[in-house]
Amino acid sequence: MNAPSHAGQAYAQAVAAKRRQVLLGLLVLGLCVLFAGRIAEISPSKFFANIGSFTSYFYRIAHLESGQWVISDPVEWFWGWKKWLALMGETLLMAYVGTVLGACAALVLCFLASKNMTQNTWVVFATRRLLEFSRTVPEIVFALIFVVAFSLGPLPGILALAIHTTGALGKLFAEVVENVDMKPVDGVLATGGNWLHKVRFAVLPQVASNFASYALLRFEINVRGAAVLGFVGAGGIGQTLLEVIRKFYYADVSALLVLIIATVMVIDAVTERMRHRLLGQERQA
Amino acid sequence: MSVQQLPVAASDLAQRQQALRTRYAAHFQPFYQGRLRAFSVALLSLVVFAYGVHSLDMSYARIVGGLVELGKMVLRMFPPHPGSGSLAVIYAYAMLETLAIALLGTLLAAIVAFPLGFLAARNTTLNRVVQFFARRSFDTLRGVDILIWALIWINVVGLGPFAGVLALFMSDLGSFGKLFSEAIEAADDKPVEGVVSTGGSSLSAVRFGILPQLLPVLLSQVLYAFESNTRSASIIGIVGAGGIGLILSEQIRTLELQQMAFVILLILATVSLIDFCCARIRFSIIGVRAL
Repeated sequence: MNAPSHAGQAYAQAVAAKRRQVLLGLLVLGLCVLFAGRIAEISPSKFFANIGSFTSYFYRIAHLESGQWVISDPVEWFWGWKKWLALMGETLLMAYVGTVLGACAALVLCFLASKNMTQNTWVVFATRRLLEFSRTVPEIVFALIFVVAFSLGPLPGILALAIHTTGALGKLFAEVVENVDMKPVDGVLATGGNWLHKVRFAVLPQVASNFASYALLRFEINVRGAAVLGFVGAGGIGQTLLEVIRKFYYADVSALLVLIIATVMVIDAVTERMRHRLLGQERQA
Repeated sequence: MSVQQLPVAASDLAQRQQALRTRYAAHFQPFYQGRLRAFSVALLSLVVFAYGVHSLDMSYARIVGGLVELGKMVLRMFPPHPGSGSLAVIYAYAMLETLAIALLGTLLAAIVAFPLGFLAARNTTLNRVVQFFARRSFDTLRGVDILIWALIWINVVGLGPFAGVLALFMSDLGSFGKLFSEAIEAADDKPVEGVVSTGGSSLSAVRFGILPQLLPVLLSQVLYAFESNTRSASIIGIVGAGGIGLILSEQIRTLELQQMAFVILLILATVSLIDFCCARIRFSIIGVRAL
């Protein structure tokens, strides 16, 4: 008679405690939001007063200067396609070169950053902090600094992408290396192999497909990144995009956006297929 | 006896070698055979790389000259210094503004993406057409970089942090929509069947069948997004959408390198603080298991 009501009481108490916790969490969150709203100068009135110009912005970028829909005259819409495709190609090339450079640097550093390949803990610690630094600073900040040092053009953009890629891939690579099967490593050591032999014949065969897959994923991300590096003068299509947005060439804005989005989607699809094949190979082996 | 056996053993050895060769043909062929594709892929990527280096004007002289210049800049960054006390207060406020942008953008996107995620999930959507359009809209939102969204919103609400909040909101809406709908699709449908079998409506199936499984996953995704948005919010100021990025880009342009180094360190410290706090919150909400 007594037991069930006791259990019921305990249940009610537990539920009430949890509710209190959730309410307290929501209260704290609400206070944070109010405070943040003040600081970020949120004004719903400004938003609703101007929301019309947001929708009309999309209306305008969907129309040519003649007032027709952009799709009614693709030739007029993409009037600058030769220049734009060249810029898009430059953007892709920047992303590619940056990814290759960064992946090569990450390939060297990842062995120094994994505990099972490098015994010296100081080297591991220092390499990890270096990788962390190069991925935490956003690439556009690197680009800003490099533009001053290397002057305008794709070169600072590529270096910025390469450094960020080194940091991001170095971490992922090191995690893969730390999870390899150590038996082949022992085997190579037992036959008198040195450090390089260990890496080449025991570790690389196990990790190569994973590395390639991560590098492809990074390339995809870097294409998006390279498209906006031009905002700070570091080459690619971004500079042109910034200009047409700032100068209100509406139809050009939509043409460039369509070009960028389509390119990114194609790159996504291609790299995804390549990655599936790479990982499929690994599963078969 | 052993002399007689030797030729037999030798031919036996040859036979066994042959057997091995036929059995592991792949291991006995010359190293270049069967690797033609790998070699051609490697060669092609090398050629593209060389073309890129050539056409993107990465000359040796430019790289070396730039590195020297960069070295000088790095030396001038030390020691990092805020400049003056009043400037330090300005930086702190800008950092606070950055955090406010990140918080509001993430939260707004999460609130709006929550119902839309159900529309984009296979098991809870209204019909296939709605699902298709929801998915494609999310893809498009994600395909446009946050800096581009910031530029567009600046045209609408003017320069300032509000444009930054809306920009973060747009690009996060795309990623949350995708992540949420994937989480909904991955939810176990046994609890849903249980609710339906007791006569519950489809709304109560979602509320009592799916939501309890979903909330911890969503919360952890939102916390992760908040972490990465802190980084994004610190750069959107470069195009004028509020936050500390504006200060950073001005300092680089005017070559106030000690102050710039201070601001970068401030950003890094704040980001790692936020990472730490989010990890704690995630841990307390969903425990170590779901990490």
